[in-house]
Amino acid sequence: MSTLTDQPTPESGGLAPDATVAPTRSAGARKLPVVLGVLTLGLGLILVLSSHSGDTTFQLAADTDFVALPDIVVPSGPTGWVMVLACLALTAEAVRRMLGHLRQPTWIPVVFAIAWMTGFLSWAAADNSIRVVSLFGGAVALAIPLVFGALGGVLGERAGVVNIAIEGQLLLGAFAAAITASTTGSPWAGLVSAAIAGALVALILGLFAITYFVDQVIVGVVLNVLVLGLTNFLFRQVLTPNAQTLNAPEGFDRVPIPVLGDIPLVGPIFFRQTALVYVLYLVVALVAYALYRTRWGLRVRAVGEHPKAADTVGIKVNRTRYRTILLAGAIAGMGGAYYTLVSVSQFNRELTNGAGYIALAAVIFGKWDPIRATLAALLFGFATNLQGVLSAIGSPVPSQFMLALPYVVTLFAVAGLVGRSRAPAADGVPYKQQ
Amino acid sequence: MRLVLRGITKRFGSVVANDSISLTVEPGEIHCLLGENGAGKSTLMNVLYGLYKADEGEIELDGEVQHFTGPGDAMAAGIGMVHQHFMLIPVFTVAENVMLGNESTGFAGTLDLDAARTRVTEISERFGFQVSPDAIVEDLPVGVQQRVEIIKALSRDAELLVFDEPTAVLTPQETDELMDIMRQLRETGKAIVFITHKLREVREVADRITVIRHGKVVGEADPQASNAELASMMVGRPVELVVHKDEPALGDDALVVRDLRVIDPAGHVQVDGISFTIRAGEVLAVAGVQGNGQTELTEALLGLQDDVHGSISLDGVELVGRSTRKILDAGVGFIPEDRQVDGLVPGFTIAENLMLNRSFKSPFVARGALRLGALRAFAEQKLREYDVRARDIDSLAANLSGGNQQKVVVARELSRDLRLLVAAQPTRGVDVGSIEFIHKQIVATRDSGIPVLVVSTELDEVVALADRIMVLYRGRVVGIVPADTPRETLGLMMTGERPKDLKDVVA
Repeated sequence: MSTLTDQPTPESGGLAPDATVAPTRSAGARKLPVVLGVLTLGLGLILVLSSHSGDTTFQLAADTDFVALPDIVVPSGPTGWVMVLACLALTAEAVRRMLGHLRQPTWIPVVFAIAWMTGFLSWAAADNSIRVVSLFGGAVALAIPLVFGALGGVLGERAGVVNIAIEGQLLLGAFAAAITASTTGSPWAGLVSAAIAGALVALILGLFAITYFVDQVIVGVVLNVLVLGLTNFLFRQVLTPNAQTLNAPEGFDRVPIPVLGDIPLVGPIFFRQTALVYVLYLVVALVAYALYRTRWGLRVRAVGEHPKAADTVGIKVNRTRYRTILLAGAIAGMGGAYYTLVSVSQFNRELTNGAGYIALAAVIFGKWDPIRATLAALLFGFATNLQGVLSAIGSPVPSQFMLALPYVVTLFAVAGLVGRSRAPAADGVPYKQQ
Repeated sequence: MRLVLRGITKRFGSVVANDSISLTVEPGEIHCLLGENGAGKSTLMNVLYGLYKADEGEIELDGEVQHFTGPGDAMAAGIGMVHQHFMLIPVFTVAENVMLGNESTGFAGTLDLDAARTRVTEISERFGFQVSPDAIVEDLPVGVQQRVEIIKALSRDAELLVFDEPTAVLTPQETDELMDIMRQLRETGKAIVFITHKLREVREVADRITVIRHGKVVGEADPQASNAELASMMVGRPVELVVHKDEPALGDDALVVRDLRVIDPAGHVQVDGISFTIRAGEVLAVAGVQGNGQTELTEALLGLQDDVHGSISLDGVELVGRSTRKILDAGVGFIPEDRQVDGLVPGFTIAENLMLNRSFKSPFVARGALRLGALRAFAEQKLREYDVRARDIDSLAANLSGGNQQKVVVARELSRDLRLLVAAQPTRGVDVGSIEFIHKQIVATRDSGIPVLVVSTELDEVVALADRIMVLYRGRVVGIVPADTPRETLGLMMTGERPKDLKDVVA
């Protein structure tokens, strides 16, 4: 019976009242101290094996802030060791909580991450300076397609359709945006066509997954390969010969928001971005609100949890799924526009480079919640940007290792740093009516 | 509201689930649909509710012919259904579940949760339900979940309420309360269809009884009719409702369980310090509402649980910590509670299913290869011996009826030299004829001197088979009592209360 065996959900915040409850010894409680311990050890080893002397500068200010924050200059070595001690203390706290069968609060991994990162950066950028604003601002920028993709994933899966085709939606969206923005000269038209392209991929996914009950994971992967091949073909046959007319899209410019953009630290990171980013903020807020506070959202979640129950109260399950997956595809498609209208400014083969799969990981890491998935995507964006920033300042870390960093972070995250998460009950299960 | 069904026929492929069924339900009456599992009662109600489309026949409400294309239409017409498997979203709150599909909304489709809360509270107070609108459904006991289903139907102003096997998951007390609710609803003029196969309940509340067998209406029965009359109408022949068994010939202590604790993967203690003994030639029946540790207890006996503490010894041999394979080899037979999941491989033939517990060595395996001849001979023999109704031994288990599937499981488990039989829900979803047969097999096993542990949520079955009864509640033993303990006492114990003057019987 479900009441007795299920984990407490984060929403209910407690244990089933009729269960005989023992101190929870979930795997997550044990995992955290181990992971923290390993990471602390790693940082310590780095410091021992390859010690750097000199100072590290953390630049906090951007040019146009209200008030200019001063640079922070710290001695590299000692700072590293202080942070190792901080990490050790946090690990000890996690161990204490594990032994006492206590819940592991969220602040432990968060504070740990900050301390670890500070220690690592002060080592990696010894005798050099880190521009904090560009470290985080770049992370936000890089995370844009991931967040769009993750939102598309969250929506699809909440309605019970696994959206593996995010990658294909991003790629076709990028392609459509490039052509449309080139021919019309309007990035907004490009954005709309990207959404339509994403929805088109979703429509094919829906046709097979919802109407014909084909395995959703397989259809999704096949779609990704199909879009990849199709765009490669069209790129060579159509875009390359006509690069001037078809593959020179008018991109989005950086539009600083007045006032908000002038706040020190926060402003340059979040509010001196392109219009696409502000669209994203809006989409995140809308999806999060709609999913939990509107009739539409209630029905989408119902259909993803228990389609038969939804059917028995008169909700058209498959129609709801189609609508949701089309919307999901449109949102993911808009993420594709980021590549051709913001970052790369033209279409190239295999432009998205697996971002769709990272977005999928963000869905799981984010526990199928729009806000959490957004944060997860931001984390992955940060990992990617960190690699760029470190190689730019010429840090001692081998660049091959740094290139792998985003994926390592993804693996760790999905492997359960977050503890147990529960997918929508009918995720990936087609609904057949008699 | 007056419901008339005329000549409803529903076919699934070549199977006729409903064969020209006609039925009238008047407002202010409780109309019982009595029939065995698989007789076609639920199919009929799913047709009425718009979930299935009838091949022939028509549905008439208050004189108007209806054409339902889905449950939404049926609901709009005033039909409410309390499903056998609750149609509730486990992770939603009560209010969200009640409003789903019928949401009152504010600006731009914003949910008006307050309106839903008020509605739940209002209906819940009118019928004395005590359901909190903000509780998460999966946290609620099954009986309360059922009330949420009722509230859901009433909140849509249903005039005709269908209860599909509503008592299957309830304690005797909860069943009594449900009967009261049904009477209360009848007083307010609602028409009620009550689907069940339990004779006791039918006789208690029914105003009219329609008996269905093999998809056809057999006839109407008088609510005053005796159990035996109702049962023979339902099954189509006289049925023995009582299990005949002699006084047990008790041997030595065979299965000794001491301080057994089982912790599930989520970290909840599901079996909390249980101790009991079963002697050779004795049936110990475990009573309790589903989900009070019975599943974990039986799985621990079979080595299917990972986190087990305490001691289980069979004929002096410790079983805790042994692999399932070793436990089976030690002579433990197991009839699992869900034959579809744990008892059979649906895509295997009957013959293949009959050798699942002996897939490693003789008589069916020699030098790594199957001995198909021996298997066929064995399967043919068991098919006859256990009266399994199938075309031949190569029929797929998936194509058998519930009763015949269960007979295959029983045949497999009883065909070895056993030292212990563990039977979990041995007759769940099984027709009356097969129940009779399986009960006889269990009694025969006991009479041959084998200790038997029977787990059942059907109190009738517990009382019929037991030499002693152990009542479980939340993973603990409430008491171990004689088989002739009054039902009221057992029902009370199933809610966790231990009567003051109760004395445990030790074997």
